[in-house]
Amino acid sequence: MDTLLLKAGGWLAIVFFAFIAMVLAADAGFAVHMAIIALAAGIALWVTINKADYAAIGRGILKAPADPGIYDDDPIRWGVIATIFWGIAGFLVGLIIALQLAFPVLNLNFEYTTFGRLRPLHTSAVIFAFGGNALIATSYYVVQRTCRARLAFPGLARFVFWGYQLFIVLAATGYLMGVTQSKEYAEPEWYVDLWLTIVWLCYAAVFIGTIVRRSEPHIYVANWFYLSFILTIAMLHVVNGLSMPVSLLGSKSYAAFAGVQDALTQWWYGHNAVGFFLTAGFLAMMYYFVPKQAERPVYSYRLSIIHFWSLIFLYIWAGPHHLHYTALPDWAQTLGMVFSVVLWMPSWGGMINGLMTLNGAWDKIRTDPIIRMMVLALAFYGMSTFEGPMMSIKAVNSLSHYTDWTIGHVHSGALGWNGMITFACLYYLVPRLWGKERLYSLRMVNWHFWLATLGIVLYAASMWVAGIMQGLMWREYGDDGYLVYAFSEVVSAMLPMYIIRAAGGLLYLAGAIVLVYNVWMTIAGKQREEKPMTETPYDEAADKPIVGKPAIEPAE
Amino acid sequence: MSYEALRHFADSWGLLFLGIIFLTMIGWTFRPGSGRKHEEAAHMIFEEDHEDG
Repeated sequence: MDTLLLKAGGWLAIVFFAFIAMVLAADAGFAVHMAIIALAAGIALWVTINKADYAAIGRGILKAPADPGIYDDDPIRWGVIATIFWGIAGFLVGLIIALQLAFPVLNLNFEYTTFGRLRPLHTSAVIFAFGGNALIATSYYVVQRTCRARLAFPGLARFVFWGYQLFIVLAATGYLMGVTQSKEYAEPEWYVDLWLTIVWLCYAAVFIGTIVRRSEPHIYVANWFYLSFILTIAMLHVVNGLSMPVSLLGSKSYAAFAGVQDALTQWWYGHNAVGFFLTAGFLAMMYYFVPKQAERPVYSYRLSIIHFWSLIFLYIWAGPHHLHYTALPDWAQTLGMVFSVVLWMPSWGGMINGLMTLNGAWDKIRTDPIIRMMVLALAFYGMSTFEGPMMSIKAVNSLSHYTDWTIGHVHSGALGWNGMITFACLYYLVPRLWGKERLYSLRMVNWHFWLATLGIVLYAASMWVAGIMQGLMWREYGDDGYLVYAFSEVVSAMLPMYIIRAAGGLLYLAGAIVLVYNVWMTIAGKQREEKPMTETPYDEAADKPIVGKPAIEPAE
Repeated sequence: MSYEALRHFADSWGLLFLGIIFLTMIGWTFRPGSGRKHEEAAHMIFEEDHEDG
């Protein structure tokens, strides 16, 4: 009863302090955020009071500890649902802003719905909400299975899930209200940054705690990737987020760095968010779920370790390639370029390792649409890790920088690699987590595959054309030394490509909606009656011995 | 530490230090007997499938 009282009192105190902060807030954005925190703490208070088993407390029965003989899958189930929910939200906002670029009237002339406010909402929703929830959920799943141990600190693991959702809500509402520190992929202001730091350290504690409690002597390579992702993101987030708030009751802050130092810190963060969040974390998913779905061990375990160390040592230096031809010292630009080009090798080593895991079971691409998704994800991992180093070469960058080619590159990686591997893992996880025999429909997974693939192809191809056209038009000089095209002419020339891009986004979103239906029906326990993906070939006419002539000529 | 001094440290001793750690990590995977250990580790994720049916 004492602990219950302490917990409830703690939540009540947070409600109280958040309410005071809301009343005294220096600006409207901060006030709204404090109201959200007060509301969240209020819900936690209500749950604490309502869920307590008073009869048991009254009779002095202590709560039995959780059975260590079963895996702690509750936060993983919530994470799967959160991943899908935020995925749909993020894809939808992406489609809306794609249409806004083609048809500016869709900005609605309303400050909360302008492209500038919605764009960070889209990027954060897909990277941190969709991708982040997928990473947290799969890491909880993989670390338990590979360590053969129950999740450490169950209370903390649940706090990580809900705390992360609160971070997402605070970040998203902040963007709409214009609360931003204007750092790409690190837009949330100082107090949201501090909250994420707390949640992230708890996440690290749960993950490392589970590894420490493992019953398997060896730490499987997927956990190395997850751990590097967790630790590096903690470091990147803290350093890039260093800032001084104007008021402790206001949302505005100023970064600790200025000028080119700020830019370099930002892109050291930004590129390693790609490297460790979108690459190392998702490679961890790849190294567990691809072998499990293919039912064969990873092609070369040694290569997976070499892949790991090469990626870790090289990625961290590649950030300056975002600042070619800026005030950044030339040697630093060259360093960024060289490391980006060298990075091509471990990336392709990892891609080959993943693809060759299917060696001897290539027929699964035809029969198993989940494997098909994984193979496409790896193919896009390979394509975007080839395209990226190429674009980091200064000569190429002088054409591609600031154009839509960059947007196309990012999306071939994000939609192709991160999206497809996540969908495949969701399809793997859902029947297992909800104790169902199989998915509602494999054929619908196939539909999802083709809708998404076609969407990515339209997206990437239209952005290549748009980007290269844009780059060439910008640098076109006439005989008299004047620029041939006005900026507005370049913008209007891109309209067809923008419409094709939006069509690609629509297909990708449509695929994800098929996923929602399929997952929903699977959890509801339904199984669709459908033709199997493959038939065992049987030709009755050919299935008989040959009569009338001897099989083998006798030796002389 | 001045910018120049830090830069010189980074492209001499710092580079050497990280280079040696990297080569050690890569070299370690080629130590004798590692092949069998890697084989075991790669199959580890399937152990649960063989235990209780």
